[in-house]
Amino acid sequence: MTNEDLKKAVIGLLQKNARIGESEIADRLRSDPETVARLIREMEGDGTIIGYHALVNDELAGNGEVRALIEVQVLPERDGGFDRVARAIGRFREVCSVYLVSGQYDLRVEVTGETLQQVALFVASRLAPIDGVQATATHFMLKKYKESGFSVEKDEDYERLKVSP
Amino acid sequence: MSDSKSRPDRNWVAKHIAGLPRSGIRDFFELVNSRDGVISLGIGEPDFVTPWGIREATIYALDKGHTSYTSNLGLLSLRRECCRYVGREFGVDYDPVGECIITVGVSEGLDLIMRAILDPGDEVIYHEPSYVSYAPSVAMTHAIPVAVTTEAENGFAVRAEDVEKRITPRTKALLLNYPNNPTGGNLSHAQKAALARLAVERDLLVITDEIYSELTYGERTQSIAAFPGMRERTVFLHGFSKAFAMTGYRIGYACGPRPLIEAMMKVHQYSMLCACGFAQEAALEALRNGARDREAMRGEYEQRRNVIVRRLNGMGLSCNLPEGAFYVFPRIAATGLSAQEFAMGLLEHKNVAVVPGTAFGAAGEGHVRCAYAASMADIETAMSRMREFIDEL
Ligand SMILES: Cc1ncc(COP(=O)(O)O)c(C=O)c1O
Repeated sequence: MTNEDLKKAVIGLLQKNARIGESEIADRLRSDPETVARLIREMEGDGTIIGYHALVNDELAGNGEVRALIEVQVLPERDGGFDRVARAIGRFREVCSVYLVSGQYDLRVEVTGETLQQVALFVASRLAPIDGVQATATHFMLKKYKESGFSVEKDEDYERLKVSP
Repeated sequence: MSDSKSRPDRNWVAKHIAGLPRSGIRDFFELVNSRDGVISLGIGEPDFVTPWGIREATIYALDKGHTSYTSNLGLLSLRRECCRYVGREFGVDYDPVGECIITVGVSEGLDLIMRAILDPGDEVIYHEPSYVSYAPSVAMTHAIPVAVTTEAENGFAVRAEDVEKRITPRTKALLLNYPNNPTGGNLSHAQKAALARLAVERDLLVITDEIYSELTYGERTQSIAAFPGMRERTVFLHGFSKAFAMTGYRIGYACGPRPLIEAMMKVHQYSMLCACGFAQEAALEALRNGARDREAMRGEYEQRRNVIVRRLNGMGLSCNLPEGAFYVFPRIAATGLSAQEFAMGLLEHKNVAVVPGTAFGAAGEGHVRCAYAASMADIETAMSRMREFIDEL
């Protein structure tokens, strides 16, 4: 495997399970833990890997936090298009993701807060007034079914063979 | 009316059936089932559930009320797609009308071809260790299975010269299974070429069970059916169970020369009628849109293989890196235990199930089969318990 292929494979594994550990990665890819650790450090250093986080079932975690998806219409600028506004929005601690998207609106922003009011207030008083933001629409998230490829609910077990030819 | 001929102790079972050995796996299966909390590397099927796109196509077929019989040969649309797939992936072209039949798994395909070609006393050469059905499916037609042993040193590839030694005037066919259950072995291009030459020279029919062909981790070589002079003497068996995680759907197919498919069709028509129609529609979806799911599963198996082989070698069980399927067949003879003793001991003391190599024929002595179609967590637990078991011997 070339270094580039190995990096891609390491990223693939970390995206499925960031806690997998260097030695399992090395075993899976027939490499060695030192090489894997070095590649991960490199990718963390050059910004290829930007962070790790746990996917959580908020209900079971007792996480009462409120989340909303905000559709933001933005007036693009002659230099930089949507970048300045997107970055300005992304700097707020309350904002956990910002994507430029195609379609009816421009930025898809995910905002968290302790209460509905808090999120609504944040949108009205901090996000909407940003220079270049033309309109917003807020969708509060009510229930999570799947995130990053993981279903929140597990399939039921059923009777499967324990030994078969 | 008195019946003087009644015999309460009469044995109704046909002699050739009574003579079949009970599958070694079945005994072991019952033992495993009687215990709780077993970690099993004994399962010869994917641990993945069938990809949703395929399941959804099944539901859609039912939704539309597609619950009738299909043509005996199977849906023409599926036969077309199978032939296109075989042409593209295996390098042999077959006519979906007349050279392809949809079967109830490769299991039925095997049974059909044996019944179609074998007269009592005919011989079929196969290589051992082998899939448990091979010898019985020959014996059930009153023909004679002839085993050629394969060895770990040679990656469990069957040698043409070993096959040649077993050819007699009654030998009709050579049955091949690569990638192989239970060893994970595969054949190189040169090894296939040698077998193909032998088959042509000695006028043998080759039956090739390629059910694990997509699960190949090195270079994938063309099917033996694609070698010079082989198309007219090869029956190609394949199915959806392994590569698409569809064991429960029971869909397979056979491609081959017209007269053989016609003969298989006769047996199928009278014994099975047709394979399940909505399962056939699911198989069609698998061929049309299942490649990404198939590749994702293959990639995961490959990595699990790498892990399990390292662990086995790390605990001193010698085991080469298998090139296909989802099995490793480590040699356990150095522990001083027989295959049966090893598997029983491991189950009893560590609650881990692996299958004794002897379940796959006498040639499997000294080995056990570990299937890595199990979650990585189960593989890791099984491996550390196996290591403890060996250390405590
Ligand atoms: C080598 C081999 N052939 C055939 C089969 C049966 O497959 P199917 O589900 O298509 O009947 C198996 C299943 O384990 C197998 O390992």
